[in-house]
Amino acid sequence: MLKLKLFFISLFSILFLSGCEMIVFQPQGPVARSITELINWSLIWMGLVVVVVFALFGYIIWKYREKPENMDYEPPEEHGNTLYEIIWTAIPILIVIAITIPTVKTLYALEEVPKGYEEKEPITIHVTSADWKWIFSYPEQDIETVNYVNIPADTPVDFKLTSASTMQSFWVPALGGQKYSMGKMETQLYLVADNPGSYWGRNTNFNGKGYADMEFEVLAQTQEDFDKWVEEVRETAPELTEEKYEELLKPTHLGRMTFNKTHLEWVNHADPNSKTYTHPELYKNHGYRGKTFEEEDNYRNKNNQEHMNHDSHDNDSNDGHGGDHSGH
Amino acid sequence: MDIRWNEILITGDPLILGSQIAILLTMIGVVAGITYLKKWKWLWTEWITTVDHKRIGIMYIIAAVLMFFRGGMDGLLMKAQTSRPEMGFLDSQHYNEIFTTHGVIMILFMAMPFLIGLMNVVIPLQIGARDVAFPQLNALSFWLFFSGAMLFNISFVIGGSPDAGWTSYFPLAGKEFSPGIGNNYYAVALQIAGIGTLMTGINFIVTILKMRTKGMTLMRMPMFAWTTLITSAIIVAAFPIFTVALALMTFDRLYGTHFFTLSAGGSDMLWANLFWLWGHPEVYIVALPAFGIFSEVIATFSRKTLYGYKSMVYAIVGIALLSMLVWVHHFYTMGSGALVNSFFSITTMLIAVPTGVKVFNWLFTMRKGRIKMTNAMLWALAFVPCFTIGGVTGVMLAMGAADYQYHNTLFLVAHFHYVLIPGVVFAVFAGLYYWWPKMFGYMLNEKIGKWHFWLFVIGFNVTFMPMFFLGLNGAVRRAYTFSEESGFAPLFLLSAIGSVILALGFAAFCYNIYWSIRYADRNISSDPWDARTLEWATASPVQHYNFAKLPEVKSLDAFWYMKKNNEGLTLKDSEIEEIHMPSNSGLPFIMCVAFGIVGFFLVFEWHILAAIGALGIVAGLIYRSFDYNDGYHIHVDEIKETEKSWRNVEGEVHNHVS
Repeated sequence: MLKLKLFFISLFSILFLSGCEMIVFQPQGPVARSITELINWSLIWMGLVVVVVFALFGYIIWKYREKPENMDYEPPEEHGNTLYEIIWTAIPILIVIAITIPTVKTLYALEEVPKGYEEKEPITIHVTSADWKWIFSYPEQDIETVNYVNIPADTPVDFKLTSASTMQSFWVPALGGQKYSMGKMETQLYLVADNPGSYWGRNTNFNGKGYADMEFEVLAQTQEDFDKWVEEVRETAPELTEEKYEELLKPTHLGRMTFNKTHLEWVNHADPNSKTYTHPELYKNHGYRGKTFEEEDNYRNKNNQEHMNHDSHDNDSNDGHGGDHSGH
Repeated sequence: MDIRWNEILITGDPLILGSQIAILLTMIGVVAGITYLKKWKWLWTEWITTVDHKRIGIMYIIAAVLMFFRGGMDGLLMKAQTSRPEMGFLDSQHYNEIFTTHGVIMILFMAMPFLIGLMNVVIPLQIGARDVAFPQLNALSFWLFFSGAMLFNISFVIGGSPDAGWTSYFPLAGKEFSPGIGNNYYAVALQIAGIGTLMTGINFIVTILKMRTKGMTLMRMPMFAWTTLITSAIIVAAFPIFTVALALMTFDRLYGTHFFTLSAGGSDMLWANLFWLWGHPEVYIVALPAFGIFSEVIATFSRKTLYGYKSMVYAIVGIALLSMLVWVHHFYTMGSGALVNSFFSITTMLIAVPTGVKVFNWLFTMRKGRIKMTNAMLWALAFVPCFTIGGVTGVMLAMGAADYQYHNTLFLVAHFHYVLIPGVVFAVFAGLYYWWPKMFGYMLNEKIGKWHFWLFVIGFNVTFMPMFFLGLNGAVRRAYTFSEESGFAPLFLLSAIGSVILALGFAAFCYNIYWSIRYADRNISSDPWDARTLEWATASPVQHYNFAKLPEVKSLDAFWYMKKNNEGLTLKDSEIEEIHMPSNSGLPFIMCVAFGIVGFFLVFEWHILAAIGALGIVAGLIYRSFDYNDGYHIHVDEIKETEKSWRNVEGEVHNHVS
C-alpha cells in the first residue's frame, strides 16, 4: 500500500508540473478564462475531498490492520452513528452547493456575449461541418473558407454551427468550450480572442474514418489585418459555385481553401427542410454492404426536392421535424 | 434476396486473417477435445440444460472472463496503435471497429454478465432460497445473453464490425454514413442480449421479494441482496428504453425509416437521448452490485457488521432514483440551453452525496475492525482511493460549463475508466476471490493473487492517469492517431506501457485459475473466511438443493449470529424432508440457437431466411406454453447422504470460530 501511494504521489507530481502548460489551463480569451476559473475552483474542493478520503483511508487501514499482536482482538458490534452520518451527508451537500452556484452562473454567461464586450458589434460566422472538413462562411463579408477561420481579435465572434453530414463538435480549447454541430438545426457559440495569434481547433465528436484529422486553425488578427485579408480574398479568391460546393461536401480530406461568395445563398443546412447531401456509395470499408435507401430529399433528386419543399409548406404534418430543436 | 458469398468473410487484413485461423483452430480443438474425452453427454446434461442458479452463474462468469480477454485485446491493440505518433499499426477503419467493440464488449458482455453471474451464484443462497423464482427463465436469460454475445463477436471476421462507437451515435450509425452491415450487428445482437438481461431483472426482483427464508425481512438482507434488488429495478426501468431505441435503429437501418437519419426529418438527438436514458442507468446497473460486493467483503474481513446499514440502503435507493435523472450530462454541448444544463448539472452532482455516504460507511466499517488483507479485501481496499479519483473527476465533469472543455476528450475517458475499473472490475475480482471457495470448494491461490493484484492495480493507474492530463491538453477520444507536434507522445507512451502491466495482471489472474484448479487444497471448511451471511451456512461447493433445511434468520448478518449463538448449525435427520426442485430443460439452449440464427440473417438483411428462422422461436414459445413438467422431488435418503458427506468433516463449522 505504501509503495502504491509513493508511486501515486510521484506520478501526480510529474504530471502536475507538466500540467501548467496544458491547453485548458492557458486560456486566451474571456470565454475560456471563465471556464478555467470554474475548473480551478472545482479543483480546490476536489483536492480537499481527495486529501480527506486518502488520509482517512490510510490511517484506518494502517491502524486497524491485522497483526500477529492483535489476533485475539474482537471488533465491537457497531451499527452506525447518526451524527457522523449527518456530517458526511451535509458536508458533500455544501461542497456541491459551493460548486453549483458558479457552474450555473457560467452556464448562463456562456450563452451571452462575453462580459465587457457587450458594446462591441459581434461578427457572425457560419460554421458548417462536413465529412471531414470545416467550412466557414462570412455572410457580412460574403466569403467562405475551408479548414481555417480568420477572426478579428478582441471582438466577439458569433459562431452559428450546423452540419452537412454527421454530428460533430466544434472545439477551440484556447478560446472557449465546444458545441455540437448537427444537420438540419443550428447551435451557437460565442468566442473571443484577447490577442492576435493562431489557435488550434478540432472536431471532438467521432464521425468516421477521417475523424482524427478533422482539425482547423483559428487565426486572430488585428481589425486592420483582418479587413485587409477580407479585401484580398474578395479580389483574388475564386467564386464558390453550387457544383464546386457539392464536390466539397463529399467525404474527403481537403487542405485550406478560400472562396468568394458563400453557400448560404443556395442552402442553409440549419433549415430543417433543406436538402440532404449524403453519399452512402462513397463510404466503403472491408465489410459486407447492406441495402442503402434512396432519399427523396437528397440533393441529387433536385426535382423531388422542390416538390417536397412545396408539399411541406402546404402540409402542416411535415413541419417541425427538427425545427423546434434548433439552438438559440 | 441476393447473397454475395464472396464478401461474407472479411479478407485482406493480416490481423483479421490471423484471428480467423485462430478461431477455427480453437473451435476444432474444443470439439476434438470434448469428443476425445467423451464429455458431450456430460456437457449437455450437467451444464447446457441446467436450470441450477449456481451453474448458470458459473457459465455467466466463464463467458465474462472470455469476453474480458476479447475486450482487453481490443484495448491493447488501441494502446499499441497510439503508443507513438503517426503509428501505422492499425488503419483508421480498423481502429474505429476496435474501440467500438471494446466498449460494447466490456460493458455489456463483460461487466454485466460477470456481475449477473455472481448475483446468480450468491443471491438465492444469501436470502436462503433453493433457486431463483423462475429457474428456466434464468437459463433462457443466460442463453440469450450468450447468443447475443457470440453474434456480436463474430462480426469482426464475418461481415464487418460495428464502427460507430459503443454509443453508436446517429446519423453516423445510419445507412447514410455507415452502409456496411457492421452496425446491424450492434442493433440485433444487443437486442437479443438485452431481452435476456431484462428477464434477469424481473427474475431477481421476484426472487428477492418472494423467496426470502423465514425471518429474512428486507432490512435484514445482506447488502449485496439489496443492491441486486435495486439494480434489478433499474434494469426493468431502463432496458425497455434500449429495446425501443434498438428497434428504431433496426428499422432505420434495415427498412429505411427515418427516426434518427439526417434526411427526411429524422432526429439524431432523439437517439442520443434514448441511448443515454438507458445508458446512464446502465452505469449504475453495473456499479450498484459492485458496491454490494464491496460491502460484503469489507464487513467480512474487518470482522464487523456493515457500518450505517440503513443509510447504505437509502443511499442505493437514492442513487437509483437519481440515475434516471442525469442522462443529459452526456451531451451538455448539444446546445440544450443554460436552464436544462443547470438542472442536469445539479442532479448529477447530487449523486456524489449518496456515493460519498457509502465511501465513508465503508471506511467506518473498517475502523475499529481487524482488517485481514486477503486478496478479496485488497481489491476492496484498492477500490476506495481509485474510485475516489473517478468520483471527484466525475463531479468536475458534471459541472456543465466546465464540461465544455472536457467533453469527448481523454479526460472523460480516464474518468470513466477510473469509475468502471475500480467500481466494477475490482469488485468482480474481489467477489471472485471471496466466493470462489463457495462455488468450487477450493480457494484461489493467495500468492499468485498478490501478483495479479499489484500488476493490475499499478498497470491500471499507469494506463489511465496520464489520460487525464492528455485530455486537458487537447487529446480527444476515438482518434486513431496524433501528430508529433501535438506533444502528446510521452504520456501516450506511458499509458501504453501501463496497459502492458495491466495485461500481465490479467495473465496472472488466468494463471491463478489454472494453478488453483490443478493444485489447490480441496480440504477446506465450508466457511473459510469466517463470514457473516447465509451462503456460508451450507456446503462448498453448494449441493444442488442449497439448504437441506431452510435457515431461519433472526438478525442482520444471519450466519454470524447463528455461529455466535450456536443456533441452527447442525441438522437432525428428523428435520430432513423431501425437496422439490425444477427439472433441466434443453429449450433455453435451443432458443439461443434459434435467436442466433435469426439474428445472423437479420444482420445480413436476408429477410426471408430470418422469417423462416423466426418460426423456430415461435415453435419454442408454443412448446413452452404446453410444458407441464412440474419438476421432481429429491428423496430424504439422498439428502441425508449428501449432508453427511460434508457436515461431519473435521474443521467444519459447528460453533463460533474466532
